[in-house]
Amino acid sequence: MSKHFVWTKKDLLGLEYLSKEEIEFILYTAASFKEVTTRQIKKVPALRGKTVVNLFYEPSTRTRTSFELAAKRLSADVINIAVEASSVKKGETLIDTGRNIEALKIDIIVVRHGCSGAPNILSRAVKASVVNAGDGWHEHPTQALLDMFTLKEKLGKIEGLNVSIIGDIAHSRVARSNIWGLTKLGAKVTVCAPTLLIPEGIEKMGVRATNDLDTALKGADAINVLRMQFERDAALAFPSKLEYFKQYGITNERLKKCKKDIVVMHPGPINRGIEMSSEVADGQNSVILEQVTNGIAVRMAVLYLVAHARPAGVKGEEKTS
Amino acid sequence: MTGYLIKNGRVIDPANKIDEVLDILISGDKIEKVGKSLSAGKCKVIDASGKIVGPGLVDMHTHLREPGREDKETVASGTRAAIKGGFTSVACMANTEPEALDNPGIIKRLNDIIKKDALANVFVVGAITMGRAGKKLADFKALKKAGAIGLSDDGSSVDDARLMSEALTAAKKEGLLVIGHCEDKSISDNGVINHGFISTKMGLRGIPGEAEYKRVGRDIELAKKAKAAIHIAHVSCKESVDIIRKAKKAGVAVSAETAPHYFSLTEDCCVTYDTNMKMNPPLRAKEDVEAIKKALKDATIDAIATDHAPHTDSEKDVEFDFAPFGIIGLETALSLAVMELVEKKVLSWSELFMRMSAAPAKLLGIDRGDLKKGSAADIVIIDPGKEYTYTKDLVASRSKNSPFINWKLKGKVSHILVGGKLVMADGIILESK
Repeated sequence: MSKHFVWTKKDLLGLEYLSKEEIEFILYTAASFKEVTTRQIKKVPALRGKTVVNLFYEPSTRTRTSFELAAKRLSADVINIAVEASSVKKGETLIDTGRNIEALKIDIIVVRHGCSGAPNILSRAVKASVVNAGDGWHEHPTQALLDMFTLKEKLGKIEGLNVSIIGDIAHSRVARSNIWGLTKLGAKVTVCAPTLLIPEGIEKMGVRATNDLDTALKGADAINVLRMQFERDAALAFPSKLEYFKQYGITNERLKKCKKDIVVMHPGPINRGIEMSSEVADGQNSVILEQVTNGIAVRMAVLYLVAHARPAGVKGEEKTS
Repeated sequence: MTGYLIKNGRVIDPANKIDEVLDILISGDKIEKVGKSLSAGKCKVIDASGKIVGPGLVDMHTHLREPGREDKETVASGTRAAIKGGFTSVACMANTEPEALDNPGIIKRLNDIIKKDALANVFVVGAITMGRAGKKLADFKALKKAGAIGLSDDGSSVDDARLMSEALTAAKKEGLLVIGHCEDKSISDNGVINHGFISTKMGLRGIPGEAEYKRVGRDIELAKKAKAAIHIAHVSCKESVDIIRKAKKAGVAVSAETAPHYFSLTEDCCVTYDTNMKMNPPLRAKEDVEAIKKALKDATIDAIATDHAPHTDSEKDVEFDFAPFGIIGLETALSLAVMELVEKKVLSWSELFMRMSAAPAKLLGIDRGDLKKGSAADIVIIDPGKEYTYTKDLVASRSKNSPFINWKLKGKVSHILVGGKLVMADGIILESK
């Protein structure tokens, strides 16, 4: 990957909208920022004088914290705005909120929203960069980027890998972003879930779908195990947590039948004893905490790139006005 | 001024099997004569050379929003949009808010507004059930006496099959057409776009075709049993088309309409989360669009209706999940039909006027949709090759929620007469009423 790649996108709305080269360039940029996070003084002036607003319409601790730390380590100023879900409908509209935030002369809005497509709509209403921190069931691009970054770190490449995504695919933005990203980079992706949690037409996204966990585990170089949200839609499709664990839970017995070095990922927070056992979560195949660490480097790369986007076709140094 | 002579236009009148260059003489509010080389006498001459002259279009599915939601649309603005689109008559739906058109009092109030403000003829569709709540039938006799010409709970289906059956029987007694909004809400759930790969990719809740066609099937069954007529509103999917075609062959008194967006757009248009692509039923797949076109050709679908559904910018400029369903359509229907159906050889001009004027007039039982001597002088003159860009500031409707904004369209209305009165000339509306 060349250093001279020119980043042209002001927003990161989803991995569906990025090319293979763009995804690779984010991962390449993230690698150099990861080095920063290991220094004594974990800070560079790359976004000094820029302001990042975390606009969160859904409660989130880990993603928001990760974005906040990423922005701070780039020397940006950070504001957190939490909008209560209950006030969304009766309060100010998303577009009005976006424009008001923009009037504060900020540079990047990081948005988390319960409605799919909210970042797309927001990005059309503001000139500031919009970074999607998870929208409905649609996309969670930085999560998929950090998953791929971790995979590449562990296995040296993405191309040709067999990666299985296990869990509630239907209601998962993490699944969709991973599918777009992994398939673009040449991995072979399998999704595995009970029938009702595999959405219509998912194969058209370039994946294999199965209800059988053993099929998904066989030959897999890595698995990405999703959080089962029994408090939400998943409950209708699979009412019993215990039964789910029996059929789809990742245990040491199951891992024994897999490739020895299989990489076990999870976007967190883990439901121990539902989608995986504690031994697996804490075991030697698990990279769950490394994912969290890598999340900061990946988000630093994304914030840095969108803040320095050049319009397509413009070469040379960015002009400051 | 005693009247008009429309000269040298290609006159198309499917009800009387006419398609040739003729003159039309209009005297007062009626058509006096259709023939070759008529003399003008004292009449004002409208030169229609190179243009299409047909019976004014009839939209059997319009939401005018008045009384109650004048922020979205009024009788005045809605009929202005109708005139711009070539419609001389519209049937307005019963789902006004907060009060539905379910009683004679509100229909009388609406009729007063129509008398005062309407540029086109407005016919009123009353509600099937009180408050469109699906619990208790409205008084059809009283609605008819107040002037209603049809019945619909449009926006909702009557879920209770026995009540729907009673409605069909009672409506038959009054000679009123029942227009079914066919949607099983237990299937459509809280869906927002068509169910399939696109909804999966976008992470949106899908509305499967079943939500529509299962209810189409039920309503046809009920109509067959009651030996009554049923009209199926806004048909969008191929299975509905198959069911209707079969029922027609079996002799059931079923008729159907579709809307221009169901033959012009597919679910793929939703991918940018543009809320002007959100309507109910949703935009479907390519094969559904093909089935709709075929059904228009073989008259399985009798009519093209707009389902003109105005919503304000502030209602539409929100998250896709939160935006209301529906788009405006009066001003674009004709151009879309010209581009997608006539130019692509799906329908002839004569068939187009059948679907957009003669057939809907007949279904509604109104004395419109033809050009014979003595008929109401509701006439549209179309410049078929005229191209234009439909920009937001051109929109006559009070709401601007059209997916066709900034589209290059073809086929433009140049003149309109409503009841012998020239309402539009050279593409310009002459006066507000």
